[in-house]
Amino acid sequence: MTTTTETPNAQPAAARKATEKTLTGVQKLPMAKAINLGLRRALERDAKTLLMGEDIGQLGGVFRVTDGLQRDFGADRVVDTPLAESGIVGTAIGLALRGYRPVLEIQFDGFIFPAFDQITTQLSKMHYRSRGRLTLPVVIRVPFGGGIGAVEHHSESPEVLFAHTAGLRVVSPSTPAEAFTMIQQAIASPDPVLFFEPKGRYWEKGEVDLDAPLADPHTPDGLGLDKARVVRSGTDVTLVAHGPTVATALKAAEAAATDGTSVEVVDLRTLSPLDTATIAESVRRTRRCIVIHEAPVLYGTGAEVAARITEECFFHLEAPVLRVGGFHMPYPVAKLEHEYLPGLDRVLDAIDRSLAF
Amino acid sequence: MSPTGPLTDDGLVRLLTHTGERVSHPEYDRYVDHLDDHALLGLLRDMVIVRRFDTEATSLQRQGELALFAQGLGQEAAQVGSGRALAPQDHVFPSYREHGVAHVRGVDLTDVLRLFRGVDHGGWDSAAHRFHLYTLVIGSHTLHATGYAMGVQRDGDVGTGDPTRDTAVITYFGDGATSQGDVNEALVFAAVNNAPVVLFCQNNQWAISEPTTRQARVPLADRGPGFGVPSVRVDGNDVLATYAVTTQALERARSGGGPTFIEAFTYRMGAHTTSDDPSRYRSSAEEEYWRQRDPIDRLGTYLQLRGAVTPEFLAGLEAEGEALGEHIRATVRTMGRPSTASMFEHVYATPHSVVESERAWFERYEASFLDAGEGSHR
Ligand SMILES: Cc1ncc(C[n+]2csc(CCOP(=O)(O)OP(=O)(O)O)c2C)c(N)n1
Repeated sequence: MTTTTETPNAQPAAARKATEKTLTGVQKLPMAKAINLGLRRALERDAKTLLMGEDIGQLGGVFRVTDGLQRDFGADRVVDTPLAESGIVGTAIGLALRGYRPVLEIQFDGFIFPAFDQITTQLSKMHYRSRGRLTLPVVIRVPFGGGIGAVEHHSESPEVLFAHTAGLRVVSPSTPAEAFTMIQQAIASPDPVLFFEPKGRYWEKGEVDLDAPLADPHTPDGLGLDKARVVRSGTDVTLVAHGPTVATALKAAEAAATDGTSVEVVDLRTLSPLDTATIAESVRRTRRCIVIHEAPVLYGTGAEVAARITEECFFHLEAPVLRVGGFHMPYPVAKLEHEYLPGLDRVLDAIDRSLAF
Repeated sequence: MSPTGPLTDDGLVRLLTHTGERVSHPEYDRYVDHLDDHALLGLLRDMVIVRRFDTEATSLQRQGELALFAQGLGQEAAQVGSGRALAPQDHVFPSYREHGVAHVRGVDLTDVLRLFRGVDHGGWDSAAHRFHLYTLVIGSHTLHATGYAMGVQRDGDVGTGDPTRDTAVITYFGDGATSQGDVNEALVFAAVNNAPVVLFCQNNQWAISEPTTRQARVPLADRGPGFGVPSVRVDGNDVLATYAVTTQALERARSGGGPTFIEAFTYRMGAHTTSDDPSRYRSSAEEEYWRQRDPIDRLGTYLQLRGAVTPEFLAGLEAEGEALGEHIRATVRTMGRPSTASMFEHVYATPHSVVESERAWFERYEASFLDAGEGSHR
């Protein structure tokens, strides 16, 4: 019978696509490709960087984010792992202790839970427990969120479960350009980073400066992994979003502008740490704040932002901080996901409610 | 070069060669000897019907009627053989590709498509069919099956000698799943509790793009003994053999003899799901090798050689397939969008104030569009 080789070998250099290696300048790229190029840069930069995950090799991942990387870097650097999430994270911890920088792919958001134990009880705590002697530079890439019409467990938004755990950094890019930079910063970070990729936006294109210098991931003033970003200025209300809902917020801002409402949009970029200063500065100007996310509202990001903004900006607020998000239910069937997801209408409704105070 | 490790076919229990000849096996003949032409034709019918279901569902997905579909193509013998070995009181904990087992448990296969169409998370009455809901998180249900079996054991429904009472549990999973902690924990619990459970691994050679060699260095059946669970390797494309080994394992479970691990060595002839592109990772030579070992052809040839196949049977089967196809196409197309209100139902068994307030808010919100007499912005 025919057999498959045990480890797919890297193909000869001649077979590589030269284009990907030589891409420079500003390019219009989909987010999946931007992450792919960011990973490629990181693999080129540091021989200790490894990619690990299910189907990331020959297949290039189910979303093709790692397409071509095993071909170019070999099966030792881009590793198809056994089908075992706890094993993937647990062995990455060991590799990191040995000086490697593992970048893991969890195939879908709903499948991170077999690894929840390793992430929350081990990965997050080792630096603290060792009083700083040990660092675990592990990145866990998670395609998250809805909007792709999938079956259950393929559209979850578990980011807060990790943001709630001390010792982990939790970030989420909203555009191809951010994705390209942030994935490299995440890999450069000595802390473990949960990197939540908005899978519903993987195929949306945006301009990416492939020559952009990489700010230190944790510089306080550069746009590292600590900072929120005002992505649209406005004067009447601040929309706060991250990952997939940033585009929704921008669309709502456009729509509201036609009614004469000026909306500012803040992209959180990072949930842990949370850049309260940038949000508060915006809210002090607009006096109104609405937080949007796909995850359920109960105990979600919106709750955290609302509490902090209430503390920081109480005397500036003209309206309570409102939240627009998913409902307290298991992610519904695909045919109902657009009712579940906080879409344009629900955001506009919240803008109206905020302005009505 | 003959393959080694998990890809070897050493030690496979086989009762039919791939060219349709019956070969005898000292241990397993007795489990199939009583099957007459009628029973054998029944197995053929099941496999043909299930394949027809697969074909219809795959084309419905291509037409945009289903969001996704996971084919069972090529695995009919593993599923029908093991499924037909079950007693009515036995319980099944499937993964997501066990349409053949669903069929023999009497599940209307269009109910399975409710899941893949995205109108339901389940779709069938799992208690009525003793066929549990599909599980998409790899391996987690093997623990549920083991726990269920521990319950059966506590209830005294094993080893009574009453064939209508003694109960076994079977759980299905893939070769990739054997790497999961949960499956290994299921083996531990099954072993130490002597639980009446059969762990049925369909080694279809691939876990999406990863060959079995990325999960193991040894035949998967070798895992059982390390946990203290007896194991069998069976030719998964031989419906007689899968029927025989499963019958034996279920009998062991029902009589109080404890768990069995079965590795059914088979092949996923289709894509992993309709979103997958197998040409990226496997060769057409490999696919051709397995096409020659097609489970339906194998039993069909054997029955032809026996002279058991009549033109009437074939005509009946054709008609049955047509009727099923029509039933599937018609039923799936009419599966409408569930009501929005249904999203809020069954989150909890008892009222929950957060869900209630969100439901009420959503009703007011939806009504506001009607009041305003405008369509939605979407
Ligand atoms: C815990 C978990 N991780 C990852 C996935 C994504 N996934 C779905 S099917 C699959 C491969 C499963 O292979 P196998 O167990 O051999 O079963 P088969 O699909 O071949 O029947 C993967 C990786 C998942 N469903 N659950």
